[in-house]
Amino acid sequence: MDRIKLDAWVGIFVALGLIALMGLAMKVGNLTSNDIKTTYVVTANFENIGGLKPRAPVKSAGVVVGRVDSITFDTKIYEAIVTMSIDERYVFPKDTFANIYTAGLLGEQYIGLEAGGDPENLVAFDKISQTQDAVVLEKLISQFLYNQASKEEEEK
Amino acid sequence: MKKDLIVSIKDLAFGYAERQIHRKINMNFHRGKVVAIMGGSGCGKTTILRLIGGQIKPNSGQVEVDGKIVHEQGRKGIYELRRKMGMLFQHGALFSDLSVYENVAFPIREHTDLNEAVIKDLVLMKLNAVGLRGAHNLMPTELSGGMARRVALARAVALDPDIIMYDEPFAGLDPISMGVICDLIRTLNDALGATSIIVTHDVTETFAFADYIYFIADGIVAAEGSPSDLKKSQLPFVKQFIHSEKDGPVPFHYQANEYISDLGL
Amino acid sequence: MITFFENIGRGLRLKITRLGAATRLFFTIISYSSESFKRFNLTIREIYFTGVLSLIIIIVSAFFVGMVLGLQGYYTLQKYGSSEAIGVLVALALVRELGPVVTALLFAGRAGTAITAEIGLMKATEQLSAMEMMAVSPVARIVAPRFWAGIITMPLLASIFSMVGIIGGYVVAVPIIGVDEGAFWSQMQANVDFSYDIVNGFIKSLVFGIACTIIALFEGYDAPPTAEGVSRATTRTVVTSSLAVLGLDFVLTSFMLTV
Repeated sequence: MDRIKLDAWVGIFVALGLIALMGLAMKVGNLTSNDIKTTYVVTANFENIGGLKPRAPVKSAGVVVGRVDSITFDTKIYEAIVTMSIDERYVFPKDTFANIYTAGLLGEQYIGLEAGGDPENLVAFDKISQTQDAVVLEKLISQFLYNQASKEEEEK
Repeated sequence: MKKDLIVSIKDLAFGYAERQIHRKINMNFHRGKVVAIMGGSGCGKTTILRLIGGQIKPNSGQVEVDGKIVHEQGRKGIYELRRKMGMLFQHGALFSDLSVYENVAFPIREHTDLNEAVIKDLVLMKLNAVGLRGAHNLMPTELSGGMARRVALARAVALDPDIIMYDEPFAGLDPISMGVICDLIRTLNDALGATSIIVTHDVTETFAFADYIYFIADGIVAAEGSPSDLKKSQLPFVKQFIHSEKDGPVPFHYQANEYISDLGL
Repeated sequence: MITFFENIGRGLRLKITRLGAATRLFFTIISYSSESFKRFNLTIREIYFTGVLSLIIIIVSAFFVGMVLGLQGYYTLQKYGSSEAIGVLVALALVRELGPVVTALLFAGRAGTAITAEIGLMKATEQLSAMEMMAVSPVARIVAPRFWAGIITMPLLASIFSMVGIIGGYVVAVPIIGVDEGAFWSQMQANVDFSYDIVNGFIKSLVFGIACTIIALFEGYDAPPTAEGVSRATTRTVVTSSLAVLGLDFVLTSFMLTV
């Protein structure tokens, strides 16, 4: 097997492998979206993040605009600090709301951003001040039961 | 001034946990001589070659090659010593994926920086010495046993070594090939001014051209001397070996009970 | 009765000793690896023999696996009305698990046994000894290039496997069964995460490549220099590689799912 044929075949093989890898990355995965774009970091505090996990999507109007980087706990104010990276193509006003929603009925949780009306925009390392916590099922049920109970009380 | 003694083995002891192969071996090999090591099967002849080549280390005693103690050398030291040696393995041990030409060129390419034209001349020269210059394009699988061994010999002498070692070079050869190899061993040795160490069983051929012979039995050198001396030797072991006697110090019967009791009588 | 346990103990001790010897071979290969890269032609030759010659079996197997995934997945998903998730099912199953694992098993069977047999045979015909006596390290010249070739080849083969498998699944799902083409790809893209699934799959195939190649090399290098010894060694290569791959798969998967 002379060298030139050998090199040719090996070259074809490696090329096939790399094409497959690229194909997987582009067509199959979601690499083309925001993983390679530059982002800016903002934070938000929540009293309860529910089931929010790092790498959860940050969406606005249903479109993915960023990802959750990390979630930490602040022992001074006893709240969760969520750090997220937002694609720098998208700017949001300073009074944007950050809410925690659930995808579908029992799906994973994500952050939804609703733009406010402030003429000034969020810049890197800003803090989103308006937040809404995740819906915790137990609280919902207990609230429902409490409402039921008080309604029955009223009717009596 | 080069030392006359190129390899010397002093008080060598070597063995594994199950078996002590060498108990106390003393051998000396002088420059320019063809020396044979003979003995029964399993007496450790090939092991001596491996000890000289540094593939295994002795339990005690020492093997000295060209003034250096083999088992004390580091990796680099051993490789330097090996460049002075050429070894012919029992069945040739040619690299099966390389052609005859590439096989002989292998040590030259590895250890020198010569360009292709010079290498070609050297390879063809070595192949010519063993009579196989015309076969340089063949693959090892296309060669007969005798031819393969000759190519391996060409490879072993490719770098003009000072010590050439042969592991059972006559085993399984037809008379013509045997004659050829005998002739080559002697001719190459004298032409290169090298020392040849041959491990063999073959009495007739070896006695015809060797300068000195060592006999190993029971882990020691049982007898040594020139072929003419040994032919006159009265030692029972040497006599049994040289005259191919069926029974003697090396018994015919494996250890067993009395024949009568085995037959149940 | 006691001898039964004695045998188990002896067998275990033997296996642990061999594991140590294999580890030592691994580090020896690493320290002798400079030649594999300075004379890269050696490694390229080995990539040809392990990689290029395995392409046929990998591509054909991948296509069939993908098609079966498509079929099986469809008939299960449509019971829950989620037949459009077939793309996600095929892609995730392949990229996360089947790609790396099945490729590794096929690699061990085809390339691994070839390596073991080749090196074992070289040992049996004293070619390795001859090389040593010519002051050339057989580890640097013969063993290390095959090691690096295996490491380079495995992830490439696994990627090809996953891609061809997805195509196989596509062929079954869209033209044959009639799942919507757009849904197939868009659901897949939405649910397969690059760094999580694809990169992890890549890492897995890399680890499997190291394991299978080392096992094949060690069994060949350590084989008794007889015909029977070599044939037993090739069997051991396949068995040990398969067990190692499946075991490592569990370990790696549990790592990756928690991180």
